[in-house]
Amino acid sequence: MATGNNFSAMMGKRVDASFSQRRKWMQRLGFTALTLATLATVIPILLIIIHIFSNGLPGVSWQFLVEFPRDGMRAGGILPAIMGTLWLTLGTAVFSVPLGIGAAIYLSEYASENRWTRAIRIAIINLAGIPSIVYGLFGLGLFVIFLRLGTSIIAGSLTLAIMTLPIIISTTEEALRAVPNSFRVVSISLGGTRWQTIRRVVLPQALPGILTGVVLGLERAAGETAPILFTVAAFYLPRLPTSVFDATMALPYHLFVISTQVPGMPIRIQYGTAVVLLTFVLLMNITATVIRSWARARRQW
Amino acid sequence: MNAFHSDQREPTHIPTEMKPRALNASMEIVLTDPKIVVEHLSVSYSDGAESLKDIYLAIPKNAITVLFGPAGGGKSTLLRTINRLNDLADVVDVQGHVWLDGVDILAPEVDVIALRRKVGIVFARPVVLPLTIRQNLTYGLELAGEKDGSLLDAAVERSLKAAAIWDEVKDRLDEPAVSLSGGQQQRICLARSLVLEPEVILLDEPTSGLDPISTGKVEASLQTLKEGYTIVLVPHSVQQAARVADYAAFFLGGELIEYTIGKQIFTNPLDSRTEDYVEGRFG
Repeated sequence: MATGNNFSAMMGKRVDASFSQRRKWMQRLGFTALTLATLATVIPILLIIIHIFSNGLPGVSWQFLVEFPRDGMRAGGILPAIMGTLWLTLGTAVFSVPLGIGAAIYLSEYASENRWTRAIRIAIINLAGIPSIVYGLFGLGLFVIFLRLGTSIIAGSLTLAIMTLPIIISTTEEALRAVPNSFRVVSISLGGTRWQTIRRVVLPQALPGILTGVVLGLERAAGETAPILFTVAAFYLPRLPTSVFDATMALPYHLFVISTQVPGMPIRIQYGTAVVLLTFVLLMNITATVIRSWARARRQW
Repeated sequence: MNAFHSDQREPTHIPTEMKPRALNASMEIVLTDPKIVVEHLSVSYSDGAESLKDIYLAIPKNAITVLFGPAGGGKSTLLRTINRLNDLADVVDVQGHVWLDGVDILAPEVDVIALRRKVGIVFARPVVLPLTIRQNLTYGLELAGEKDGSLLDAAVERSLKAAAIWDEVKDRLDEPAVSLSGGQQQRICLARSLVLEPEVILLDEPTSGLDPISTGKVEASLQTLKEGYTIVLVPHSVQQAARVADYAAFFLGGELIEYTIGKQIFTNPLDSRTEDYVEGRFG
């Protein structure tokens, strides 16, 4: 508004030269500040990545990825932790994706705006803000102890799924709402039921946005330590899980363990583990980005 | 679809009293064998927006009935009531009856899916689904479970020809429908509702975004289509209303002011408000 007033004031009289000079400087100053703020966020991230990869890559070899740890984790590979994280991510997806997408479809397509749906939305937003250690303790109480699932992949997956749900629900709902309402009206006017309209028009159009949200949600689950701490993660378990009721090692917890709990740990194994976890998460992130840009390029609305 | 027809009753409901203040003797045909009878229809939105006040209107077969008047008069609301698209709007209060072939389509037990297949609609802005041209056309049939490829192909060709766009798109049926121009898209939308072989076609300012040539093409195809269909059109201008109307109803502020044959309403209207509007004194 202020600029608009300045502008209309300027239109009335001759623009003062020193005034315009001052505005130019202000503009340059503003741009410089914004650029510095951007650099201040990007450069540390890049430095961290470069630091981890330069220290960790020498320690990563094929053996490191496919061998069991030996010698109290001080030698050998990290296969159980990699497999554990893969299983946990998959388990989280199994529980959170259908439930999250279903809830989002209900909220966006079926539920009318009223006190209850508002309450549900507020609850979802609040769920997203709960610290992950609280999810961990909740999972311990509900799944491990009360439901007697023990420290197991299924208990860990359920805990991670609850933590991931709000992310999946809110991104899916956003993706569904982005689909123009006129498509729904046309489909209904051609004799479509609500569900036919959702399945044939709305979901296909929203799918890239939904997938992006799912991948981002799972990515967060894959990197979390606190929720798996009491529900599934094993300190040292040099074998692969044979059922969903087994405990397992997992990359984030393993990283914590070898960095703080094991004396005499070779530093290249610590950094190597960090590289593997980081690569796993970055790959998921890149997948989400690729889906998004691919969909944007071929979207017809 | 059967559930809809099974409920058929004799049209004994046509009241003898006529609501429109001005009516003409040549309207007899409309009253003896109407396709649609709107009776004491009142519609109000929860936010108090555009509404209809106690409308009585009989719409004949095989003719173009035009609903015209200034914005906010209730024309679109009436259209969307005839195929129950108003159901999608939040909390609408609907009083009265809309009889289609003697069935009150506002009754709660009416199969709205069957109704919407019988009463097609084309909107002001062409909305093609983000599919190919062919898929846009077969969409309605596929919703109903039609899978026979040759039957679908025949329906596509027939309706594209009826909407006068077959020659322009016959070689590119598998291209995205959005690649067409606005005028072509609107005729695709018309064809898309024709695929379902409806009995009534509702058109809500179908040419408002089109250039004069495309508008001419759409109007020409309507003239052919009216032989087989009941057409209800909300025009985007009085000129268009005068060009295409067999019968015309003038709406003002949610009320039906005058309803008569098209030739008369545009040359010699009975109500002074109709006259003022037709002659462009307000609008």
